[in-house]
Amino acid sequence: MLRLPPFTYLAPRTVDDAAKALASHGGAAMLVAGGTDLYPNMKRRQFEPSVLVGLLAIRELRGVRGGAREGVTLGSCTTLSAVAVHPEIAAHYPALATAAGLVSSPQLRNMGTIGGNVCVDTRCNYYNQSYEWRKAVGFCMKRDGAICLVAPRSPRCWAVSSSDTAPVLWSLGARVRLRSAAGERTIPVETLFRDDGIEYLAKRPDEILTDILLPPADGWRSAYLKLRRRGSFDFPVLGVAVAVQMEGDVVRDARIVVGAVASQPRPAPAAAAALVGGRLTSELIARVAELAAGPAKPLDNTDFTHPYRKKMTRVFVARALASLAGLAPAGEPAAEVA
Amino acid sequence: MKARLSLTVNGETHDVLVPVHKTLLEVLREDLGLTGTKHGCELGECGTCTVLVDEVPVLSCLALPADLADAAITTVEGMAEGGRLHPLQQAFAELGAAQCGYCTPGILLTAQALLADRPSPTRQEIKEALAGNLCRCTGYTKILDAVELAALRVGVPR
Ligand SMILES: Cc1cc2nc3c(=O)[nH]c(=O)nc-3n(C[C@H](O)[C@H](O)[C@H](O)COP(=O)(O)OP(=O)(O)OC[C@H]3O[C@@H](n4cnc5c(N)ncnc54)[C@H](O)[C@@H]3O)c2cc1C
Ligand code: SF4
Ligand code: FES
Ligand code: FES
Repeated sequence: MLRLPPFTYLAPRTVDDAAKALASHGGAAMLVAGGTDLYPNMKRRQFEPSVLVGLLAIRELRGVRGGAREGVTLGSCTTLSAVAVHPEIAAHYPALATAAGLVSSPQLRNMGTIGGNVCVDTRCNYYNQSYEWRKAVGFCMKRDGAICLVAPRSPRCWAVSSSDTAPVLWSLGARVRLRSAAGERTIPVETLFRDDGIEYLAKRPDEILTDILLPPADGWRSAYLKLRRRGSFDFPVLGVAVAVQMEGDVVRDARIVVGAVASQPRPAPAAAAALVGGRLTSELIARVAELAAGPAKPLDNTDFTHPYRKKMTRVFVARALASLAGLAPAGEPAAEVA
Repeated sequence: MKARLSLTVNGETHDVLVPVHKTLLEVLREDLGLTGTKHGCELGECGTCTVLVDEVPVLSCLALPADLADAAITTVEGMAEGGRLHPLQQAFAELGAAQCGYCTPGILLTAQALLADRPSPTRQEIKEALAGNLCRCTGYTKILDAVELAALRVGVPR
């Protein structure tokens, strides 16, 4: 048996109690929601917190409120399964329903939460391994070691942001609410992510992500495409989120955000700007896809070769835009896999 | 840290005193003697440890019993009723949908939850529902056939 390291488990019933528990245990405590990311990591001894503060007993963190007109609020402990089938989300924020429905496997989506998905640990071929494997190869700086095994002369870790929903939430203009014993703040989701494989979140460890706030749908259409080796289980090795706001058949505003190519989701503002004022023709789509693939610099530390992942960035941006333009069948799940 | 927990498994309530860091999989197998639930990867990557929590398939290798005090847990031992196999078990046996059998408990329970939700699923719906259960032996075809057969026999018209 591959067992968890021992810990003390607290299961508060309110966010206030959870915040107090975190504050009183300082750095020794970690948060856990569905545990589908944290428990495998703890079994591999990547984290050994002496106290775990579980969020599943907190009712106020579950469920979806509001509607497309005024904006939708998702409690951070809403399961990915619930997000994927929620009628308002599926109808008006379809990229989010798609992304949530493509995370790992059905069982993991029944357990994993949207908040945990936003905060999911970064990944690397040299990190997501058992303790014995990492010891044999030599530890790296993300855990237990001093150097990066992918880029040995690099002073930083390049582990990859591998959340399916993070690039989508960014492209939708979502905000997140964070609460701690010291107070509460609401920030744009893009400011939550840092370009560092180890310190990948710009939030203090004592801050609890309580809600995700989607703006009114307001004419925005969205799509998400995911590249992975198998049609189930696998994390994205490329995720493309596009959102366009249409006025008639002219693009009024657009956002393109690419996941799993860096330690944080990567926006492609130049490509998005090239869409504005134009019609979604195949010529414009081809030009924008070229521009969007420019900034993507995947490293050789996930599945598939990195030149292939870069090439697929262009292909997936073009496919996602074509589906929004009605130029191609809006990707069946099978088409969203390689 | 040990916790005194009351777990409802297959309709029976069990009081256990276990370390809180033991997973549901470990408690089922080691403390309750319910070894029908199999341990594979223990990292969420195979689905063989699937059990139902309030009729929903979850991975027991990543679930903490401390979170499940108010839940109804179903394991493969809870499928047969009064010595009679569940229609899914019967169909799996007849069609040879189990070879080594290691993935079978998890697949049976996942399929049971599917049929409770959709009594007459399409082949595609069966495939999607079972997308989190790996089988190294059968090639899946007979598993899909068996779920279809069981659905027909339970026979709720479409
Ligand atoms: C086999 C396998 C395949 C997977 N495939 C995918 C995939 O394809 N795509 C994908 O995106 N993910 C994947 N995952 C990762 C994981 O299942 C999901 O990201 C899931 O949504 C994580 O949610 P959780 O509630 O289980 O998080 P947890 O494991 O509970 O937490 C994850 C991290 O977030 C922190 N956290 C959780 N909730 C909060 C909160 N409310 N406030 C502050 N911090 C919080 C925790 O402290 C922890 O550091 C996979 C996991 C496995 C085991
Ligand atoms: S990018 Fe380098 S430091 Fe980071 S996990 Fe991979 S090998 Fe380790
Ligand atoms: S043993 Fe739980 S998923 Fe493999
Ligand atoms: S029958 Fe052997 S793993 Fe499925």
